Amino acid sequence: MADRRAQGEHGSAAAHPQVGHVVPVRLLAAVLGALLLLTVVTVGATYVDLGRLNLWVALAIATVKASIVALFFMHLRWDRPFNAVIFISSITLVALFVGFALMDTGQYQPDLIPGYAPAIAPPVP
Amino acid sequence: MSATGTTTPRGTADAPAGQPGHHGHPGWLAHHFDTPEQQFQSGKLGMWLFLATEILLFGGLFCAYAIYRAHHPEVFFYAHHFLDKKLGALNTLVLITSSFTMAWAVHAAQRGQKRLLIALLSLTLAGGFTFMAVKKVEYEQKWEHGLLWGKKYRSPEHAAHGETHGGEAAGDAGAAAPAEGGAAGHAPAPAVPEVAAPGGESAEAAPPAERSQLPPAAAGPQGLAPESPAGGHGPEPRNVQIFFGIYFAMTGLHGIHVLAGMIAIAWVLARSAKGQFGPDYFTPVDLVGLYWHLVDLIWIFLFPLLYLIT
Repeated sequence: MADRRAQGEHGSAAAHPQVGHVVPVRLLAAVLGALLLLTVVTVGATYVDLGRLNLWVALAIATVKASIVALFFMHLRWDRPFNAVIFISSITLVALFVGFALMDTGQYQPDLIPGYAPAIAPPVP
Repeated sequence: MSATGTTTPRGTADAPAGQPGHHGHPGWLAHHFDTPEQQFQSGKLGMWLFLATEILLFGGLFCAYAIYRAHHPEVFFYAHHFLDKKLGALNTLVLITSSFTMAWAVHAAQRGQKRLLIALLSLTLAGGFTFMAVKKVEYEQKWEHGLLWGKKYRSPEHAAHGETHGGEAAGDAGAAAPAEGGAAGHAPAPAVPEVAAPGGESAEAAPPAERSQLPPAAAGPQGLAPESPAGGHGPEPRNVQIFFGIYFAMTGLHGIHVLAGMIAIAWVLARSAKGQFGPDYFTPVDLVGLYWHLVDLIWIFLFPLLYLIT
């Protein structure tokens, strides 16, 4: 009855969808392998002292991982481009948000006096 | 809408999905769509729009992280040691694997492989449970040690030394009270370490007459500031509670999203068991999968930013 569409299991060839595109399982497994490997690399990189670069290396590896999840697991590689436009736009907006906030707060950092917050703690005479 | 009861895209009892006979279209094709292709693409577009709003939501918290880390890195360099890297890495591997099983589940739905679909969705759900269990363990550890947000924060240095030498050793700098749990500093002195007594490992305090009356050095070269008992990571900076506030807000919101994803997966799992998905119609599996991948994506960034600070 409702299992009419399960007939693909019993046939010699599995059924194919009428919409969308099927990602081969081998490709999915390869992406999994890459992700697990990159995770190991990320953790391993913390044992190497690159100073300030450590943060950017970690973010770069995370970006690569995110890209392969988006492209392959989330199917953007084969989807209509507009879906990718939405995804990239949201990330761009966040980047603008963070970028401007950092610029703005960074502007007045040199003027701050550590520990001086008269609104919440009157200065000790 | 229609009197035949096939108004929703789901197959209903009297309109088995995929079988024609309700005025010429399958039960799961809603009336406002002309073709299954159009319905499918619209569903995907809608989910991507929602994911964009999720990215913006977490973007706000990432912004808080970025600003605080840029301007107060010492807080992050000190506090991240209290996070367990191994548990964080385990959670990363669990989520990545569950993303794989989810993507494979979509493949199985597209191929009409019902048993495989159910097995893979169950595995994905199990991954979610594992993630939340590890999260629970981590949160419990933090709660026990007072590594919490805002006023709930209890300084680990103070806890290690006990309550005895709060004000006596700090001299006249005015920093009489240790900076425990309060954003409002008691004195303008910057980064005053908890304890002026040397030999941080010992539990006994030297008698007041023998302790130095000089206020301890601010965070500076390791040779000046006393060893902190929390593993020698230097003196505790001020406002460490902000790190834990950010930590709990980000991982907490992410955890809520994991729970919501688990509920969605359970729903799709139930529908799969009823045989509602196949090559003709697998859209809900696909869309729940997209959401789950986003949850994984967010964690892929949270993990290095919170756990792998060096």
